Amino acid sequence: MTAPLATPKKKNPVQRTRLATLPPGARSRSALGLTRAAAEGRFELQVCADCATVQYPPREVCGHCLSEQLDWQTVDNHGELIATTTLRHSNDLYFRERLPWRVGTVKMAAGPVVVAHVHEDCAASGTVRLTLKLDRSGQAVLHALPEQDTPNMNDAAQLRESTCDPKHRRVLVTDGKSAMGIAVARAMLDAGAAAVFLGDPTPWKTVAAYDTLIEDERVQPVDLDVTDTDSVDRLAASIGGKVDLLVNTASYLRGNPGEGGILGRKDVILARDAMEVNVLGLMRLAQAFGPGMRFRAADGTNHAVAWVNILSIHALAPLPARGAWSASMAAALSAALTLRAELAGTGVRVVNIFPGPIDEEWEQLTPPPKLSPAAVAKAIIHALKDGVEDVYVGDIAEEIRARLRENHKAVERELGQ
Amino acid sequence: MTQPVLAQFMTELLSGRLKLVDLTQTLAPEFPTIVLPPEFGQAWPFRVEEISRYDERGPAWYWNNFSMSEHTGTHFDAPIHWVTGKDQPNNAVDSIPVDNFIAAACVINTSAESADNPDFLLTIDYVTRWEEQHGRIPERAWVLMRTDWSKRATPKDYLNMAEDGAHSPGPDAEVVPWLIRERNVHGFGTESIGTDAGQAHHLNPPYPCHYYMHGNNRYGLQCLTNLDQLPPQGAVIFAAPLKIRNGSGSPLRVLALAPSA
Ligand SMILES: [Zn+2]
Repeated sequence: MTAPLATPKKKNPVQRTRLATLPPGARSRSALGLTRAAAEGRFELQVCADCATVQYPPREVCGHCLSEQLDWQTVDNHGELIATTTLRHSNDLYFRERLPWRVGTVKMAAGPVVVAHVHEDCAASGTVRLTLKLDRSGQAVLHALPEQDTPNMNDAAQLRESTCDPKHRRVLVTDGKSAMGIAVARAMLDAGAAAVFLGDPTPWKTVAAYDTLIEDERVQPVDLDVTDTDSVDRLAASIGGKVDLLVNTASYLRGNPGEGGILGRKDVILARDAMEVNVLGLMRLAQAFGPGMRFRAADGTNHAVAWVNILSIHALAPLPARGAWSASMAAALSAALTLRAELAGTGVRVVNIFPGPIDEEWEQLTPPPKLSPAAVAKAIIHALKDGVEDVYVGDIAEEIRARLRENHKAVERELGQ
Repeated sequence: MTQPVLAQFMTELLSGRLKLVDLTQTLAPEFPTIVLPPEFGQAWPFRVEEISRYDERGPAWYWNNFSMSEHTGTHFDAPIHWVTGKDQPNNAVDSIPVDNFIAAACVINTSAESADNPDFLLTIDYVTRWEEQHGRIPERAWVLMRTDWSKRATPKDYLNMAEDGAHSPGPDAEVVPWLIRERNVHGFGTESIGTDAGQAHHLNPPYPCHYYMHGNNRYGLQCLTNLDQLPPQGAVIFAAPLKIRNGSGSPLRVLALAPSA
C-alpha cells in the first residue's frame, strides 16, 4: 500500500535546483482526442459508428472496418491487468529521473488491449480502473488504478506526476478578503496545504473571516493588490520562490445585471476597472510569479505545480446584461490560454475554472441556482487532485458548455434576451 | 534704499529667514483614495507603470506612465466639483484666475481634540477662541485645519473605517457658511481624505464644506501634510492645480512660505 507522503524537508540551499524535464509530448491529431477528454476528467475512446468497435490507440479510420465515422464516447473504463513490469532503466530524461516506473497491459472490458502506467497499489493481476490523465507535458496518458480506492493512493509518486495535489504545498490566494478567497484558503488548508499566503488588497478594510483565517499558523497575510504593479512585484520578490500553487481569486464584478452592458452605460470606467483586475491583474501576477514557478517546476516533492484561474462560463459566451464584465472574462481566458502555452514547457499546469453565477453580493438579483464560493473551492481541489485543467462548475456552466457544442447561435440568442 | 520686493523676497529666502514647507503627500499606489459606497463610480487610485529604465525598452532613459483620478493624493477641489458650484463663473481648474493660486493661510490646530475624538468637528466657537489668541482671519485666506491626521501610521488608521463608515475630523455645518460670510475665506484645507469629516453625510446639509465652499465659488485642499510646521498666521500657500480642461480638481504640489521659527 502507498505510504503517506512525508512532509518535505526544508530545501538545502547549497544544492542546485533541478530543472524540469518532460515526458514525450508529441501526439498525432487523432490522439489529441484523448487529451480533450483528460483535460476535463472524462474517459473517452474512439467508437466506430459503423461496426461499434472501441478503438485504441486513436487513428484516422476504424482498424476493423476502415470506416471514417469515429465518435469519441465515454466507454467502460474497467479491464483486467494481464501483465506488469517495473522499468529500471530508461534513456528518456524524464523517466530516467523517476525510476522505477511500473507499466502494464490491460485487457479492457470494452475491447482494446492498452498499455498503461500502473499504480503501485494494483495487484499483479485482476480488475483495474483505467483513467485518462494529463501528464506533465499536458498530454493524455492512461493510468491503471486499483478497482477500489486505497488509503493514500493519491500520494503514489507515479500518480502525482499527473496531478497537482495541494498536500504539503504552499499556496498563494491572491485576494484573501473576498468570499471566494476565504473559501479557497479554507479548502486548501483542509486539503493539506503546508502554507497559505493570503493576499490582502484592502488593508484599510476589516473582514472578520480574514482575521479569523490568519490566526491559523499556516496562514500568512500578505499585502497584494493586482492592480498595483509595484505591490505584485514586491510580493514576488519576497515569496516568489515559495509559491507551489497560485489561485487567482482577485476578481472584479460590479453593477446590477442590466447596468453592465455597453449601451446601458455612459462610460467605460466599469469596463476598464474590470479589465484592470480580471485581465491585467492576471498578466501582472504572471510576469511576477511565472518565472519563479517555472524555475521550481521540479524542485522536490512539493515543486511548483499549478496556476488556477477562476473565470466564468461567460468567458465563453457573453451575458449581454453584464457585457463589460463578460468582455473582461473572455480576455482573461485568452490571457490564461497564453499563460498555459508559456508554462507548458515546464510542466506547471494552468487550470481554468468556469463557474456559473456565484452567490455573492453583486449577483443578489440573479435567480438561483447560484454556486456557493465553497462549492467552487471544492471543485478546484478536485481538479487539482484529479489532474484536470478545464472545470465547468455547476448546472448552468455545464449546460452552457454543452449547448455551445450543440448550437452556439442558440446560446448567443438566448443569453441576449 | 529698499530693494524691489521680489529681490527682497529672494534675499529672505536665500538667507533662510523664510522657509518653504512642502504640504504634499507623496503619490504612491498605497496612499488611500476616498471610498464611496460600491454602487457609485469610484475614483482611481494612483498607479504607475514603468515605460523604460535604461533597458531594452529605452536604453538611456527612465520614465513612467501613471494614472489616477482628479481627486487622488494631495489635491485641489474646484467649485465645479460639487453640484452647488456647477453654475459659478470660472469654476473649473482651467478657468480659475491664477491669482487665486497664492493666498495667505491660517492654521487652526485641533490636533489634541482630533486625537481624543476622530469625529471632532470644528465649530464657530472654536474658531473665535482661536482668533482671540492668534488674531482675526484675514480676507481671502485659506483656513487649514490641523489634525495631525497625516501622521497616522497606516492607510487603515488614516481612513479609519468602521461598520458605519469613515471616522475623521472636519468642520461642522455652521462654521463653514460663517467663515464665508463673516471672514470671506479663500477655501478650506484638511489633512484627512476630504475637506469634510468622515461622518459628514449625517450633517445638515450633508458634506457642508463641499456644499457651502463650492456653492460660494471657494476652494478645497485635502490630504495635506506638515501643517505642524506652519505658524497659526503668517504663512502663504502656493497651490496651483493642473490645467485640465473643465477639470473638477487635480493632484498638485502644495508649497507654503513661512518665516523660519
Ligand atoms: Zn468500424
